[in-house]
Amino acid sequence: MGPPIIDYYCLAPEIVASAFGILLMLLEPFVPAARKSLLGRVALLGAGAALASILVAARYSSRLAFYELIRLDDFSLFLHVIIFGIALLAVLASYDYLEREGLPQGEFYALLLFAATGMGIMAGANELVTAFVGLEISSIASYVMAGWRRDVLKSNESAMKYFLLGSFATAFFLYGVAMVYGSMGTTFLDKLNVAISAVHGGGTLLTLGMGMMFVGLGFKIATVPFQVWTPDVYEGAPAPVTALFASAPKAAALAMMLRIFYTAFADAGDTWFWAVWISAVLSMFVGNIAALVQTNVKRMLAYSSIAHAGYLMVAFATHTEIGVAAVLFYLVAYALVKLGAFVTVAHLSGRGERRLDVDDYSGLATKRPLTAACLGLYLLSLLGLPLTAGFLGKLYIFDATLRAAQAASPYKEWLVWLAVLLAVNSVIAAYYYLRVIMAMYFRESKDDWVPEPMPRAVAIVLLITAAGTLYFGIFPGAVMNFALQGAFSLR
Amino acid sequence: MNDGYLLSVITFLPVLGSAALLVLRADDHVWIRRLALATTLATFGISLLLLRGFNPQEAGFQFREHYEWIQSPPIFYHLGVDGISLWLVLLTTFITPICVLCSWESIRTRLKEFFLMLLVLETGMIGVFLSLDLFLFFVFWEVMLVPMYFLIGIWGHERRIYAAIKFVLYTMAGSILMLVAILWLYNLSGTFDLRQVHTMLQMGQIVLPMRTEMLLFGAFFLAFAIKVPLFPLHTWLPDAHVEAPTAGSVVLAGVLLKMGTYGLLRFCLPLFPNASVQLAPYIATLAIIGIIYGALVSMVQPDLKKLIAYSSVSHLGFVVLGIFAMNTISIEGAIYQMLNHGVSTGGLFLVAGMLYDRRHTHLLSEFGGLATPMPVLSGFYLYICLSSLGLPMLNGFVGEFLILLGTFDRSVVWAAFAASGVILSAVYLLWSYQRAFYGDVTHEKNRALPDASRRERLLLAVVAIVILWMGIGSPMFISRMERSTANLINQMNQRSRPGSFLATTDAKSSVPMPVVAPKAESEKTEAVKAD
Repeated sequence: MGPPIIDYYCLAPEIVASAFGILLMLLEPFVPAARKSLLGRVALLGAGAALASILVAARYSSRLAFYELIRLDDFSLFLHVIIFGIALLAVLASYDYLEREGLPQGEFYALLLFAATGMGIMAGANELVTAFVGLEISSIASYVMAGWRRDVLKSNESAMKYFLLGSFATAFFLYGVAMVYGSMGTTFLDKLNVAISAVHGGGTLLTLGMGMMFVGLGFKIATVPFQVWTPDVYEGAPAPVTALFASAPKAAALAMMLRIFYTAFADAGDTWFWAVWISAVLSMFVGNIAALVQTNVKRMLAYSSIAHAGYLMVAFATHTEIGVAAVLFYLVAYALVKLGAFVTVAHLSGRGERRLDVDDYSGLATKRPLTAACLGLYLLSLLGLPLTAGFLGKLYIFDATLRAAQAASPYKEWLVWLAVLLAVNSVIAAYYYLRVIMAMYFRESKDDWVPEPMPRAVAIVLLITAAGTLYFGIFPGAVMNFALQGAFSLR
Repeated sequence: MNDGYLLSVITFLPVLGSAALLVLRADDHVWIRRLALATTLATFGISLLLLRGFNPQEAGFQFREHYEWIQSPPIFYHLGVDGISLWLVLLTTFITPICVLCSWESIRTRLKEFFLMLLVLETGMIGVFLSLDLFLFFVFWEVMLVPMYFLIGIWGHERRIYAAIKFVLYTMAGSILMLVAILWLYNLSGTFDLRQVHTMLQMGQIVLPMRTEMLLFGAFFLAFAIKVPLFPLHTWLPDAHVEAPTAGSVVLAGVLLKMGTYGLLRFCLPLFPNASVQLAPYIATLAIIGIIYGALVSMVQPDLKKLIAYSSVSHLGFVVLGIFAMNTISIEGAIYQMLNHGVSTGGLFLVAGMLYDRRHTHLLSEFGGLATPMPVLSGFYLYICLSSLGLPMLNGFVGEFLILLGTFDRSVVWAAFAASGVILSAVYLLWSYQRAFYGDVTHEKNRALPDASRRERLLLAVVAIVILWMGIGSPMFISRMERSTANLINQMNQRSRPGSFLATTDAKSSVPMPVVAPKAESEKTEAVKAD
């Protein structure tokens, strides 16, 4: 007797995505070389079907499936929409990139779908080992994708670094799980919660386990001091893959972290508050200050994503539902712009990704006004200017932090400090985002290079992300309500 | 609840115009200019309707519009105008067509984008003056940075990129902390609505401990003080002014700086009266330092535009001093001085821009004896200088006099030091006039310069008429500010702690509070102006 059929519905997006992934692998040998672009269409269909099948899963929301290993709630649904939405856009963005660079296609799309599957499981796991399996599925697919430009040294470096450091980090996580299991006797999150509250915070072994898990997940989210790999990996990986790396795994790992620390370790909040606080502050400062001196746009965006991980950790530190909602909204805003920005960079970099310097963008506004306007919009949103989604995301984080500070928290002062430091960092960050805008709009172009015309698929990605950034920046209501529902379903 | 759509129309008409610009072809310069001018003139015309419907006897907000915008957190699209913001809105709509006209020929590259930015900027500025929702206010406040950034960065002079980024970073550094303070207030009161927050504070429904009040005041104050700019936060201003194109300088001096002083009046004073009172001596000191320092630095500038820029620091010092002297007369003087400065300094920048169009330099040493080739332009420059330095009959006098009168009532020492600024302003302005326009023509190139064209004469004549009108017709302006200003002081009184000077000076003040005797007050101000 297997699990009831309804349980499969709960995993519908993952099942659809991995089915399409397998289908792609099977199709690959039979599609003639000249028609490989067909595979892209199949992948697009797969990602779209997976996204649509979230609707199927949504009908069974608030359910524990597969012997309580998987928890399907509004929180998990929200993350699924983000993850599979990103996967869909990433497929679209890879379409012409792979053609241009002459890279193999079938396996790439399959890996992309598998990675999304793993992330979906991470977001919904109610048990530590299941979460670990999701983490590994997504990580291994990511390692391969990072090195997809086989004959480019940097891409190899990227894959190697990601693989070595990544497996180290997942090992940390697994060791942490083992310690938690050793001290509490269970790996189910809800049972852990009961067990920990019974012993009022647990002992050294538990603390050590939590610390190990924090390290493992901190690596995936790219928070300081576990961020060292980020710029190299982002720089070397193919740009559409970087777009994916910068948005989806971060969302999934953060979701997993929120679920584990807010449910299982909720009563040990005093223990992990400082870890989160310190890594939030360090991430913001290290990310932003390092980004100030970058001239390579990809690396600059990589450091900026470390800083944004810091902003997310600020909301994490609040330990409130409003904080979770702020994280969820921020993830949407952040995924849209980071994806859009990296896809634009991928397009502008040209064949072989040669043009990646800020100076290469000089005079772009006169050559390609629409592309420049889109990139400008993403940068302004990352900077947090009103009327963009990025601003509201930041606003919700500020709001959650101050609210938590006013609500008689023992860390009142420290939370206010977090808000103030976040404010300071927003200003530091403004400099390097504006520098790119400056190059595009204020400087004359230094050579007569004109970017290739934009392929349709890329244009669609830019249109969706730019429109989303503006729309959610002006009318955040629906997303925020969904985020609040998700946040309250967590516990 | 809603009194028509007038304010929304005024606010968003420029953006509509800029959307219409997008339809035009980029090389169709004639129609781009015409459309931009038509839009800004229409906005000005419609904004004049405000005067007709505005009730001077009413202290609160009029023409209010109130709609829900975002549900969670509860954010409203809430606009309204009162005696403090009324004239600033009109100033904005008045200055923008002037900017369009003064860029008529001097802007040649990317004309469409230029007017697009200018129109978006106008919407941002009007929105700042009209918003009654803290969140909405912040949105306008920040969004306005973007067009200004581009105006300086694309169409500015040599060091434009440096100036543009300095401007944005300075402003953002101040405003982001203000956002934190706004959110703090929101979390205390559960609303972003300025009037509700204010009422709750007034009624004691939310109580700010002194330390919190000081911190919140500080966060708001920093944002506004940078914008004003108050000494020592003024260093972005000369760069931005000098590098901006003429229209940019005019808008910057004419309107943008006022947003800082407006913010002080609209938010800092009414929301945090106790902190304002406690810190007033320090802020007034900074303002006085600014008055004198700005004037002294201005005196030695070799560059005409920089000279005018530093004179702004000095003039805005007067405004801040008037605000923090905290009585009706000084605050009315401060508001009046904001308008004066907008018109006069805007006018000075116009002349500087016209000289630049002819000679492509701002250096005074390159000019000299210009009165010979261009008598009309030099006449206008002298006239505007006189207005700016406070010659009776012209507008500058009224503002400075009211500020000094009000300040004298508060502290003789402050008034004495501030008054020295009036003398210094005569020195640097007249000296600049002398160096640029008097004497023999020192450069051969200058001998054949054309005098003001018809368009330029029209522009300067409009400015000159407004200057004269504001100089002799001040009751018309002041009568509409009176109620709101008196109300502001009155409400601060109600919340001020016992022992603070607001409570004590009122009792012994020779000027009766207008709420007690509005008649006597207005008579007194009339008498002052008849002077």
